[in-house]
Amino acid sequence: MPANFMPPVADYLRVSPEILLTFFGIVVMMLEAVSKGKRTYLGVIALLGLVAAFVANVPGLLVSPGAAFQDMLAVDSYGIFFRAVVIGVGFLSILASLSYLDREDSNAGGEFYALILFSVVGQCIMVTAADLIMVFIGLEISSIATYVLAGFLRDDRRNNEAALKYFLLGSFATAFLLYGTAWLFGSLGSTNLEQIRKMMPDNPTASISAIVAVAVALIFVGLGFKVSVAPFQMWAPDVYQGAAAPASGFMSAGPKAAAFAVFFRIFMTSFLPIHERWAWLMWGCALGTMLIGNLGALLQTNVKRMLGYSSIAHAGYVLVALAAASSIGVSSAMFYLCSYAVMNIGAFAVIGYVASRNERFVKIEDLAGLGRRQPAAAALLSIFVFSLIGVPLTGGFVGKFYIFQAALNSHLVWLTVLGLINSAIAAYYYLKIIVAIYMRQPDVATMQLEAPPFTLRLAMWVSAIGVLVLGLFPAPLLQFATSSAASLAGK
Amino acid sequence: MDSFLASVLSFNYLALTLFIPLIGFFVVTACPRRSRLPFFYAMVSSLGAFIAALRLIRPALAHPEGFTSQIDQSWGAGTNIRLHMGVDGISLWLILLTTFLLPMAVWATEKMVKERRKSFFAMLMLFEFGLIGVFSALDLVAFYVFWEVALVPMYLMVGGWGGANAFKVSVKFFVYTMAGSVLMLGSILYLHSLTGSFDYVDILKSVSSGQVSFSARDQLFIFFGLLAAFAVKAPIFPLHTWLPNTYAEAPMPATFLLAAVMSKMGTYGLLRFGITMAPNAAHRFAPWIALCAIIGIVYGALLALVQPNIKRLIAYSSLSHVGFIVLGIFSFNQQGADGAVFQMLAHGVSTGALFLLAGYLQVRRHSMEIADFGGVAVLAPRLAAVFSIALFASIGLPTLSNFVGEFLLLQGAAIANFRWAVFAALGVILSAAYMLWMYQRTFFGKLNPEIEHFHDLQWRDWVPVVPLVAMMVWLGCYSQTFMPSISAANYQLLDNTNMTNQYRVKLDASGARAILNAQPEVTHAR
Repeated sequence: MPANFMPPVADYLRVSPEILLTFFGIVVMMLEAVSKGKRTYLGVIALLGLVAAFVANVPGLLVSPGAAFQDMLAVDSYGIFFRAVVIGVGFLSILASLSYLDREDSNAGGEFYALILFSVVGQCIMVTAADLIMVFIGLEISSIATYVLAGFLRDDRRNNEAALKYFLLGSFATAFLLYGTAWLFGSLGSTNLEQIRKMMPDNPTASISAIVAVAVALIFVGLGFKVSVAPFQMWAPDVYQGAAAPASGFMSAGPKAAAFAVFFRIFMTSFLPIHERWAWLMWGCALGTMLIGNLGALLQTNVKRMLGYSSIAHAGYVLVALAAASSIGVSSAMFYLCSYAVMNIGAFAVIGYVASRNERFVKIEDLAGLGRRQPAAAALLSIFVFSLIGVPLTGGFVGKFYIFQAALNSHLVWLTVLGLINSAIAAYYYLKIIVAIYMRQPDVATMQLEAPPFTLRLAMWVSAIGVLVLGLFPAPLLQFATSSAASLAGK
Repeated sequence: MDSFLASVLSFNYLALTLFIPLIGFFVVTACPRRSRLPFFYAMVSSLGAFIAALRLIRPALAHPEGFTSQIDQSWGAGTNIRLHMGVDGISLWLILLTTFLLPMAVWATEKMVKERRKSFFAMLMLFEFGLIGVFSALDLVAFYVFWEVALVPMYLMVGGWGGANAFKVSVKFFVYTMAGSVLMLGSILYLHSLTGSFDYVDILKSVSSGQVSFSARDQLFIFFGLLAAFAVKAPIFPLHTWLPNTYAEAPMPATFLLAAVMSKMGTYGLLRFGITMAPNAAHRFAPWIALCAIIGIVYGALLALVQPNIKRLIAYSSLSHVGFIVLGIFSFNQQGADGAVFQMLAHGVSTGALFLLAGYLQVRRHSMEIADFGGVAVLAPRLAAVFSIALFASIGLPTLSNFVGEFLLLQGAAIANFRWAVFAALGVILSAAYMLWMYQRTFFGKLNPEIEHFHDLQWRDWVPVVPLVAMMVWLGCYSQTFMPSISAANYQLLDNTNMTNQYRVKLDASGARAILNAQPEVTHAR
């Protein structure tokens, strides 16, 4: 126990993004209670909060990297990177949902924005957590807000089902994580990630105690649920289909990126010394996840459900990077998660827009003729789809490229070959969207589609430009990712 | 970025050739929809690219064995991917072929595509950008990027403007080629993990200097990954199943480009990367690939014989001709490689012309079934005459383009294995059979009463036809223009594979121009 119980000011500055987000979240909630009529201005306040948090997260402004709160948090460049990603995801999601909530006539818009802010707070804590307890706290803050988001359209039956499923399975997963933490604490006497790493055997062939092995497995299960890794992926399609489109976009990007950040931090710091023990597990799960995601998506007719399966497949690609268990693997996954977040939010934004009131039009054939009805929205959607396929000059390609490069550098030849074949299979179902928007005549019922409102257009354009910038000029971000990955693995 | 701008401003004509179509793409996209502006800008930029490409000839002919007009620009710190492009005696002619044919495709689009022409022009420009990149990229990742950039617009053209089943066909086309090309990406990454470089020239250098060597297993992975992409694209039997439907369903300008230039992506890739990156594996599997090529030659020809549809017939004949090119590449000798490159040009021009003229028939009759025609020569004698020239070129009549290529290819095959040449020659005979039979049923015979409104070529129809016919004659009568530089580049390429060239050609002091004349000086290397 340090002599001065109060943490130094620097610690507070290091968590200033979380503080700002919490503050703005509470403000939005308070105002929601007293305001009447349209709630759009609350969304603007939430956006301001996210911008403030983003600025506060820039290293050198308020943040100086370092540990905070007695090594409970590690505000390193890895954490800062992911904090920027999840804050950006929150920003784009709110931007895309302003008009959505307006359209759905939901009189409770304020809660939605507050929930996104709280979820982002939890994710920020997750990605900077240096202790398993903090991981748990961050995960809970984020998850609870996300459960509510998933069930936001209270009158919709599918929506309720999605929320319930997400809540039950999610809590179950968190329990696994907590249980694993307990086993680890019981056998090693610490929950600090660095401490655990030091207690691991140096010699990769040395035997590890069964208790540690069980703990690793339990933590893997818990986090595997959160990132929808096979065989724990069952919930993802149902939830992404049932939830409101902007919420689905948010869930598939933000919480997923944060959970992967935790995944990599735990396995690449604490469990790195024993990586030869778990690399095969990642190998198998990566392959299974890619296969289940891609094969499942082949037969879908509902776009949201298809994107749900596709998000499983993408989790598989990221897991390939973890199977590589190398610093370049970490940096490639960081880049991949960032570009995946941008393209997926963009795709869900367009889908939510085409879906129209009450999300009537979410089948692939409802997109028919979008190229003629709304050429701009169609062009943007096709950018997102080509990025999801992994066509060059988009962020999706660069991410995949580096992930498989990392895999080959770790001599995972067959996993690379199978992963690449998977990405060719994926082209088949993504192309259904392209076929619908450019090669089919529009249906009479779906003809009346008004031009997207300004905020939604902004969200779509920002996402599309992000995808293209990541694809054309990936070097700066990649360099940042490489240096922070090196700091993560080299500690 | 500064040095890049400097390289453009110092008139690197390769950069100019490459980026004019890209600029054209953006300009066309920004055009208002209902006007003639998109056509105008597409025409200007495709002609501009052609003129810029003409400026590549002089430096490339001075040093056809090396890479001239190079661009070398890092993609950004932290990546060792470079925008490294250059032109040698092989790339030069393929870039010229591409830029030569693109204005014709633009012209044909104006005549043959009825709706949403603006987007079609934009796709054409993007396609040209990708193709020029493919034919000049020296960085493997850049090559892959351009490869895919060319695929997407072609997919959209086939699916968006094609026939009734075009969207199904185009998805098959995309997924097939994508499956091949991701495996190529695997090979590229594998090469990088072994050599630490993506650069073609660097990799060859480090292999030939003995710094790195690939084990048999490495070579196997590299070779088959690359082969997957190139064999699908070319296509080589049995990976050709996407071809007939795609060619038949695609709108005519797209078919024109698919057959004339896009199939050359596959054969060019085989020659440039397929046999040089993993030469031992390539050599080991050469007999099997030659077998596939020969099956493709005969099978394509036999299927062409029974096609009731002109477009499909030319598509299958194209499969047959591509088999020749592949056979030449895997003969691993100077004649075979020279013939392969020459045939790429000759086939590009002659098949392009055939599809274009078939397009004229389609515009007049709204059908491609042979049975719907008959006696066309009476009504449209000029069309019939031009069609016959393209057809004889395709068959390989002396003095027309394909003869030179096929002669060299068969010679190369005979040197490698005499039986290959015997079976491949069947394809030449069959090609005369199916082509002439089709011509007879379409243009001669009893006049089909339903085509009495048929009109002959008008002046604007001649615009793309004249240069094509001129090129067929030029290629057939004066191959001296093209051959020396092709030979010199191929000599270097075969040498890079560290293969024992069975016939070495002496390079005299005056350079490559003398190579073809130097035939009597051919000496045995061993």
